[in-house]
Amino acid sequence: MSTADQLIRTPLHDWHATHGGRMVDFAGWSMPVQYGSIVEEHQATRKAVGLFDISHMGRLLINGPDAAKFLDSLLTRSVADMRPHQIRYSLVCNSTGSILDDVLAYRAVLGEDQPPGFGLVVNASNRAKIVAWLEEHAAGYSVEILDKTIEYAMIAIQGPKAIEILDSMTSFEITSMRYYTGQLMEVAGVECFVSRTGYTGEDGGELICDADKVLGIWEQLYDKATAVGGTAVGLAARDTLRLEAGMPLYGHELSESINPVEAGLDFAINLRDREFVGKQAIEAIEQNALPIRVGLQLEGRRVAREGCSILRDGDQVGTVTSGTFSPTFDRPIAMGYVKPAAATLGTSLDIDIRGKQHTAKVVPLPFYERGK
Amino acid sequence: MKPEELLYAKTHEWVAIAEENGTKVATLGISAFAVEALTDLVYIDLPKVGQKVEAEQPFCEVESVKAVSDVYSPLEGEVIAVNDALPDALETLGSDPYGEGWVAKIKIADEAGLANLMDHTAYTKQCEES
Repeated sequence: MSTADQLIRTPLHDWHATHGGRMVDFAGWSMPVQYGSIVEEHQATRKAVGLFDISHMGRLLINGPDAAKFLDSLLTRSVADMRPHQIRYSLVCNSTGSILDDVLAYRAVLGEDQPPGFGLVVNASNRAKIVAWLEEHAAGYSVEILDKTIEYAMIAIQGPKAIEILDSMTSFEITSMRYYTGQLMEVAGVECFVSRTGYTGEDGGELICDADKVLGIWEQLYDKATAVGGTAVGLAARDTLRLEAGMPLYGHELSESINPVEAGLDFAINLRDREFVGKQAIEAIEQNALPIRVGLQLEGRRVAREGCSILRDGDQVGTVTSGTFSPTFDRPIAMGYVKPAAATLGTSLDIDIRGKQHTAKVVPLPFYERGK
Repeated sequence: MKPEELLYAKTHEWVAIAEENGTKVATLGISAFAVEALTDLVYIDLPKVGQKVEAEQPFCEVESVKAVSDVYSPLEGEVIAVNDALPDALETLGSDPYGEGWVAKIKIADEAGLANLMDHTAYTKQCEES
C-alpha cells in the first residue's frame, strides 16, 4: 500500500476533505469513499442528483492521421465509423482475448480549426498498462498518444435532476444531446467537454475541464444539487449504483482472466470485416462451455461479497465477483460467474458466506432500470 | 450507561462489568465511534445464548453496505443473554450505543482479559489517533 502522501490528489481533494470525505487509496489516488451515509448518497442520486469526482479515471488523447486506424487495431469495436461527437463503449483485449480494460472511446471535436480526434477514458487501475499497451502497438502508425489525466479533471453529474442542472449552467441545450455523445461547451464560463454518459443507471452527464478550473464548477454544481436534494457521492455509492445497474467493474467482473463472451459483453465486440488484437481468440471461444455473468438476488440480509462460492446441490458452480446491500431494493444483490447449466433465470443456488449457505436466485440484469 | 464509565477494547467493543447473583457479568456493545465508522448497518448475526466465547475472538458479526465486520469478545466466558431486539432495530446501535444498543451479556469465566481493556480517556485517544 502506498502511504497517504504518495497518493495522487485530484484538484477537488481539499474540498472532499473539508466536506467530511473519508479519503482512501483507490488505484494510487486519494479518493472519497463516502462523505456520510452511503445509502443516503445512493438514494440522492436515484431521486435527485449525485456529484462524483471521477478525476482518477485515465484521460488519453490519440491524435494524428492514423489515429482511427490505430485504435481500430486495438479496440473490440470499430472507431473509424464513429461520427464526430459520438462515444462508444469498447474493450481492449490482448491476443488471447483476455480483457485488459473496458474503455469509452470519444470521437471528439476539440476545436473548430482541427479535425475530430479521439479520446479514451480508461480505468484508473489500468491507466499505466493501457498507455504502455498503446505505445507498444504504435509502431508504424502516425499517431501521438497523450496522457491528459493530470492536466484535466472529470466530474459526473448523475440522476433525474442532472441534466436540468447542467442545462442551467451552459448556453448549450443539453437536453438535445443524445446519449453517448459529447462535445465542447462552456459550463459556468469554463470550457468543458460535456458528454451524456455515466455509470449509475441514471440519466446525466460527465464533464472534463482543466484541472485548475474544476473547483468553481464543482462548487456551483454542489449548490444547485443540494438545493434539490442532491449531494456529493463517494466511491462506495458509485459502486452500489453501478452494481444495481448491472454494469461490470474492472477488477471484479472484468479481468485478464475473463474474456468478453463470458462477461456477456458481446455487444461490445464487433468481429465483422475488421482485424484487432484478440479477434482470433474471441472468435474461437466456445460460448457454451464457459461460466456466464449473472445477477443474483439473495434471501435474508447477509451480503455475498467478492470471492464467495456459489453452489448448487453442494457443488461449486461459480464465484461472486461483486456484492452489496442494494439501497433501492433493501436486500442483498450480487453479480458472479456461474456454469451455463446454473445460469438460467430463476435457478435457485446457494452462496457460501463465511461458512454458512444462503439461498440466492438467478435474476435478470440489470437489477435496476430507470423509468423512461 | 455513561460512556465515561465503561471499559473499551482496542477492537471498539465497550464493556460494563456488574455483579449479578454472585457472578461477574459483562455487558458488551459496540462503541459509538465504531458504529459511526461502519455506517449503513444492514445486519447483525448475534451470538447464541449458552455459546462459549474466548477473549479477543470474534463472537458476532455486523454487516454494513460496504463490508462485514467481526465483533470481538473482550473476555472469556459464556453468553447468558443477547439483545434480540437489535436485528430489527439496527438504528439503535447508532442512536443509543451504550444503552438500548447493547449486544450481549457474558458470564465472565476469566477476568484476565480485563487488564487489556482501556478506560474512556485512553480509548478516546486511540480513536483520535486512528
